[in-house]
Amino acid sequence: MIVANRKDIRDLRTMVAPYKRVLIVGCGTCVTVCLAGGEREVAIIGSSLRMALRLAGQSDKQIDECTVERQCDRAFFDPLTESVGRYDAFLSLGCGVGVQELAERFPTVAVLPGLNTQFMGTLEAQGVWAERCVGCGDCRLVEFGAVCPIARCAKRLFNGPCGGLRDGRCEVNRDIACAWQLIYDRLKALGQLDRLREISPIMDWSHGNDGGPRRVVRGDQQIAAACARD
Amino acid sequence: MGNDGSEPLILAFCCHYCAYAAADLAGSLRLNYPPNVRVVRVPCTGKVEVNHILRAFEWGVDGVIVAGCLEGGCHFLEGNLRARKRVERTKQLLKEIGMEPERLEMFNLSSAEGPRFAEIIREMTERVRDLGLSPLRQVNTIREST
Repeated sequence: MIVANRKDIRDLRTMVAPYKRVLIVGCGTCVTVCLAGGEREVAIIGSSLRMALRLAGQSDKQIDECTVERQCDRAFFDPLTESVGRYDAFLSLGCGVGVQELAERFPTVAVLPGLNTQFMGTLEAQGVWAERCVGCGDCRLVEFGAVCPIARCAKRLFNGPCGGLRDGRCEVNRDIACAWQLIYDRLKALGQLDRLREISPIMDWSHGNDGGPRRVVRGDQQIAAACARD
Repeated sequence: MGNDGSEPLILAFCCHYCAYAAADLAGSLRLNYPPNVRVVRVPCTGKVEVNHILRAFEWGVDGVIVAGCLEGGCHFLEGNLRARKRVERTKQLLKEIGMEPERLEMFNLSSAEGPRFAEIIREMTERVRDLGLSPLRQVNTIREST
């Protein structure tokens, strides 16, 4: 899932300063699971912001709250259509995708980012989320026993660890497990250590993280266009 | 006792098994403590959410107490530990909001500690009195209807 975390209340206060009527919009999917932008966090941010504004002498602002199922899909925006006329700004607690989708769907309303979107990752331990995938577009996890050296090796090495591996930890940051230690342990458990004898070639970045925003097009799904033609 | 708006008002979230029982015992022992507190009984302090505390401050209370069982003695095992984490988080939010985090405090006590309950109320009332009334207080909301 996409993992994000909250912005400082003081930053939020600065962001809403130009607006009189603000609707905080939460998202019920990824950011709910990483405890950053779900219904509960909307209530927390709502209370915090109202209090901060009153303390700063700006109690004339109206801060309301709502949550939609997902912000990355406009099909879920119906509950918001009636709100458009009543607010100058939406403070989105969705990920960066959600903020932009809201803005594109409601161009007359200023849409502000309430979170800092971090990465695609998973819950590693209670209260700890960690990055797992960078969306390179050409998944080669089969070569590495399903441990990604791009996302999890600080140096993105493809053919074994650097010399800084100590006790399974990365020399760049001791909080990080060495990805190559993990790869080795996993391939050993699978009985596939001989994979390590094969040289993994360099990454072809042209599949992703390169040349602007990417697109995935499925012509077989573009039914409406086909019907319009007939 | 009426509150004309000049006395601090403190909300105390007290767990049913320990803090509330201690409050009850303080009453049975006829112990004196300041009348500034309003007790909200919860089944466990683990029930108290960050937003409950924030809403109390938003509404205008001057101080909030979260009182639960002694650590290791929670009836629901770790509810009071969750509450402690939430209280710490709320204190951090209060700082960012611009309010004094000292207005909020978590206390642990057992159901036998009637005098300790009275002491906690005294301590918080004095602390909140020193900090002054909440800057968010609106007199109308605090005035009790008779």
